[in-house]
Amino acid sequence: MSLTSRLIDVAGGRAKVRVYEGGDGPPLLFLHGAGGLMRDDPFVAALATRYRVHAPLLPGYEDSTGEERLRTMLDIALHAYDVWDALGLSKPLVCGLSMGGMIAAEMAALAPNEIERLCLVSSAGLWLDKHPMPDLFALLPQEFPGYLFHDVERGSKLMAPGGDMNDINFLAEFMVMNARRLGMAGKMLFPIPDRGLSDRLYRIKARTLIVWGENDRLIPLPYAEAFRSAIADARVVTIPAAGHLVGHEKPEAVLRALATLN
Amino acid sequence: MKFTWFHLMPWPHLPDDFREKHRSVWVDIPTTLYDAKRGHHVYHDYFDQLEFAEEMGFDALGVNEHHANAYGLMPSPNLMAAALARRTSKAAIMVLGDSIALYNPPIRVAEEFAMLDVITGGRLAAGFPVGTSMDTNYAYGQIPALTREKYAEAHELIMKAWREDEPFAFNGRYTQLRYVNCWPKPVQRPRPPIFIPGGGSLETYDFCLEFDYTYCYLSYSGYLRAQQLMDGYWERVAKSGKDDSPYRGGFAQVICVADTDADAERLYAEHVHYFYNRCLHVYPGFADAPGYRTVKTLQANMITQLTQAQLRNYPTLTWGDLVEKGYVIAGSPQTVYDRMVDLSKRLRVGNLFCLFQVGDMPGDKVRHSTQLFAEKVMPRLKADLFPEWRNEDRFWIKPMQPAERRLAAE
Repeated sequence: MSLTSRLIDVAGGRAKVRVYEGGDGPPLLFLHGAGGLMRDDPFVAALATRYRVHAPLLPGYEDSTGEERLRTMLDIALHAYDVWDALGLSKPLVCGLSMGGMIAAEMAALAPNEIERLCLVSSAGLWLDKHPMPDLFALLPQEFPGYLFHDVERGSKLMAPGGDMNDINFLAEFMVMNARRLGMAGKMLFPIPDRGLSDRLYRIKARTLIVWGENDRLIPLPYAEAFRSAIADARVVTIPAAGHLVGHEKPEAVLRALATLN
Repeated sequence: MKFTWFHLMPWPHLPDDFREKHRSVWVDIPTTLYDAKRGHHVYHDYFDQLEFAEEMGFDALGVNEHHANAYGLMPSPNLMAAALARRTSKAAIMVLGDSIALYNPPIRVAEEFAMLDVITGGRLAAGFPVGTSMDTNYAYGQIPALTREKYAEAHELIMKAWREDEPFAFNGRYTQLRYVNCWPKPVQRPRPPIFIPGGGSLETYDFCLEFDYTYCYLSYSGYLRAQQLMDGYWERVAKSGKDDSPYRGGFAQVICVADTDADAERLYAEHVHYFYNRCLHVYPGFADAPGYRTVKTLQANMITQLTQAQLRNYPTLTWGDLVEKGYVIAGSPQTVYDRMVDLSKRLRVGNLFCLFQVGDMPGDKVRHSTQLFAEKVMPRLKADLFPEWRNEDRFWIKPMQPAERRLAAE
């Protein structure tokens, strides 16, 4: 499934947002994780086989701009609603991966009548003292695949940056863009990815599907249950032989789980 | 020139296999490596050295702030400055400085610096670092991408608190205070001289120029590597239309003086290696939290940074390398004089933050090196360098007149 992209004005030009779109079917708003979208992102591509997917990039990612005015979780959740408005979406299924799940859950708690169907995939946003997550912001680039994938070797290939890391100009460009992305992500996730969401999850009215890879080494499985127990109408689907990026490793299994939300 | 005798206060008892057994001297180093009873002696030895430096005629005594760090045992530099305030009477007390974004509310810095300035009779030189990423983000949990905005707001609050004579309301994004009322006020009006440590951010160059603060590059990589960065600063100064007083700039340098060049190696090499191989052993994952530097600065410096990181492999550097490449200025008084002249001319800095205590160097060697420098190098440098700026006083402390002062140390 090939996607197209365009740059849209959001919030009266206060932000410019790159949106990837494709597919036919019911509308789905996809919110990416801290790493952004991969080139030809396999998860988004899979979603586009069943849905009309809209995958906006958060300011700070690629050529989406306007991140200076997004400081707090509230700013960011409202920004996501501004994007929704700019796209003219009508009752989309909202699906967030990791950091995107944190934003999606915040949106659903903030305006519970707006979101009827919610999918949280390996979502960030909670902190369990008994299950501390590794510090994403102290990892070296080569360490990421080990935390993100069940099949680390395959995952490393998926994450390959599309250039020669021994070429200093490419490496420099990569490092700058990576710092910009994670700098933005840090507004939600640094130093601990908890901005009080657990106090607000009770407000969510959406039918909620929680999807988790059984071998998630970044946000371990107990977090799935923590989300489920705090949201009124929520179910958990765990997927074997998958890590944090479960939608990239097992897209068919995630699509099957999502079908139950229709 | 102004010479600050600067202490980092390193923990001198890191084990020989520290580098192999631990990934970082900073942030997650286990405290089992610290021993409080030995620490008691370490602090007092270090105070003795700073007080000795005043006797030797240094212009300032320097302390700074680090957290969760075995090479910098001063989480609170103001405590150290307070201890020095009562034991000294002439030298400036250079606090370089308080990481103002970390004080909550930051009015605390205005108050404590004012206290220090009053106690010392106007001898405080105030430093306002953003703080390293290890300190500010990893150890103190500040959100990297918001750190600079928070810093700028804290700076605005502190300056206004010192300047205003009436209580005022401060409606900041990070700090809201209905009544800002800084008691006491500093002796030096409107403010003590301000020193800003920087690492090449363009924003920091401009910030220093806007307010006439002294820009300080505190690197341990020596003056030869610093030239590119300081050239960048001086270009910015020229573009700004401000004068090029050398006192707009400062630099930190490891200095080891002995009777001969060979003696310097014999006396100091082991301690210098301790410093570069143990004290500077920082896990790369803690070096630079994403968002801590602005995209503009990253774009300007990334290639240099990557190139320098590849070259900076401390364990492979011999004493000869460290000296030749200027990490360390070491040797006889004549050798040290020659290199210091070279340094001052290349970097055009009027302020030198001199590191004489290095790594696990014991007090007797620290005194030997300090005294040789004070007697045989410093007076010549003061006489020979920047004579046209001899009357420059905008960037230095303005203490109370001796007749007005109560000298605590005498």
